[in-house]
Amino acid sequence: MIKKACKDGDIMKMVDAKNVSYEYTKIVEVQGENTERKLMALEDINVEIEKGEFVAVLGHNGSGKSTFAKHLNALVTPSEGTVWIDGMDTKNDELVWNIRQSTGMVFQNPDNQLVATVVEEDIAFGPENLGVESSEIRRRVDEALKMVGMDGFQKDTPSKLSGGQKQRIAIAGILAMKPQCIVLDEPTAMLDPHGRKEVMDTIHRLNKENGITIILITHYMNEAATADRIYVIDDGKLVMQGKPKEIFSQVEKLKSYGLDVPQVTETAYNVRKMGIDIPQDILTVDEMVGAICQLKSTI
Amino acid sequence: MSIKINHLTHIYGENTTFEKKALDDINLEINDGEFIGLIGHTGSGKSTLTQHLNALLVPTSGEVLLNGENIYADKSKLKSIRQRVGLVFQYPEHQLFEMTLYKDVAYGPGNLGLSEEEIDKRVRSAFETVGLGEDMFDKSPFEVSGGQKRRAAIAGVLAMEPEVLILDEPTAGLDPKGRDEILEAIKIMHDKRKITVILVSHSMEDVAKLVDRIVVLSKGKIALTGTPREVFAQVDKLESIGLAAPQISYVFSGLREKGYDLPGDIYTVDEATEALYKFLKQVKQ
Repeated sequence: MIKKACKDGDIMKMVDAKNVSYEYTKIVEVQGENTERKLMALEDINVEIEKGEFVAVLGHNGSGKSTFAKHLNALVTPSEGTVWIDGMDTKNDELVWNIRQSTGMVFQNPDNQLVATVVEEDIAFGPENLGVESSEIRRRVDEALKMVGMDGFQKDTPSKLSGGQKQRIAIAGILAMKPQCIVLDEPTAMLDPHGRKEVMDTIHRLNKENGITIILITHYMNEAATADRIYVIDDGKLVMQGKPKEIFSQVEKLKSYGLDVPQVTETAYNVRKMGIDIPQDILTVDEMVGAICQLKSTI
Repeated sequence: MSIKINHLTHIYGENTTFEKKALDDINLEINDGEFIGLIGHTGSGKSTLTQHLNALLVPTSGEVLLNGENIYADKSKLKSIRQRVGLVFQYPEHQLFEMTLYKDVAYGPGNLGLSEEEIDKRVRSAFETVGLGEDMFDKSPFEVSGGQKRRAAIAGVLAMEPEVLILDEPTAGLDPKGRDEILEAIKIMHDKRKITVILVSHSMEDVAKLVDRIVVLSKGKIALTGTPREVFAQVDKLESIGLAAPQISYVFSGLREKGYDLPGDIYTVDEATEALYKFLKQVKQ
């Protein structure tokens, strides 16, 4: 396998995107004539994600975050710049299958990504295509179902499952291919609060217990707040990056990018503006309750 | 238009092995011009209930009255009922099919046999209500944003001039800006047209800001009903049926548990800001 040269003592990054731009052509009608117009979906993006990290990507619709996600398993390759996935250049055609095996993708609509009529067959689809031996496939299917908390559903029909369960089956299908990284593009957008929690709990567990790198693209600020790091993409450009506390304390800036902040963060921000000395990096209910109790005790 | 639901039960696949009771003896009255939030987790019966309101489903037992009239009494009237009760499905933008947004919105009224002027008037008014400008008339659905597409799809239903508008998860999959645009459009629509609106949602934050009354469904039954304030004050009950109150209300229940004297019925950021400012300022003095 051809990999990027690795410096001594340098651990290969899960994702290393250098000066990535993506240009596409759009046909527009100007005065009755079709003309081509070049548009930039991504502009000079630099992102480094370490193995084992949990990273969230935020941005409004059309910001380019899904285009970015598609670069991570070579569904799309950059017009300029390079994306290395575990040291593999996504532009190298010979590496495409290795890249897709190491970085799996989960999309928004659970109904669009399940292919079989029986759960275990759906999960076996990936490893079968990798040419994995059948006893090993059996083992992997059972293991993957355990990892997403769906053991016992082997013989069920995906269409009879809830949205959250379907997304977990989709994740299990990726796990059966033994990936190092999972990219999830708004995996909870179509789920109810219960299903959303199931999926979030599952990916956090995979990250902590199995060391799988998670890249979560989301509109839900409460979900992004649980990540190690956040990237904000606006208009194809990387405009903010940092820890959740650093990102969400910049309420005005986030709003200018069409995003919002968790209710507790916004309330803390408002109260602070009114002259109360409450920390500006509150993200959770517990932190907020703690901060208020502390304020009371100091006075 | 007022809606009255009496002992409505719906069983899917009755007398088969797949038999499932989706609605179980629902009794509900919705007043003319009321803005209702219908909440429940997946499989609670929300969609089944809404589909009864414009006669897409026939009850296993019980009845649905619109302005006092049983909608199933006369089958020849079903068409007019569907016109008067507009249903916007989930992801309605998937149903756009015309070349331009204008043509798409004009499709419904076009089928009502109205004059060209009347159609044009309705289309323009529907665009305005959902906050889309005239510059959007000739745009193809492919060249506008997700939020704009969805507003155009809602405009298509509005152009039928329904007396009741039901929206199934109108903000699903939209970003915060698109979500705020849609919710604002729905609010304006309700204020302007004084029609009855039923908003089906998972999002407590969305519902909290808009509706007069919340109806919570669980396992095919009405579990809770009341103003947002009354419903969100019952956090434990909401959680026991797999739902949650808006995030900020948990701060107040947390503080109350610690013995602080704060209101237990706060659910918006503005209310919370005010209450906390008062609370903390009081302490400072």
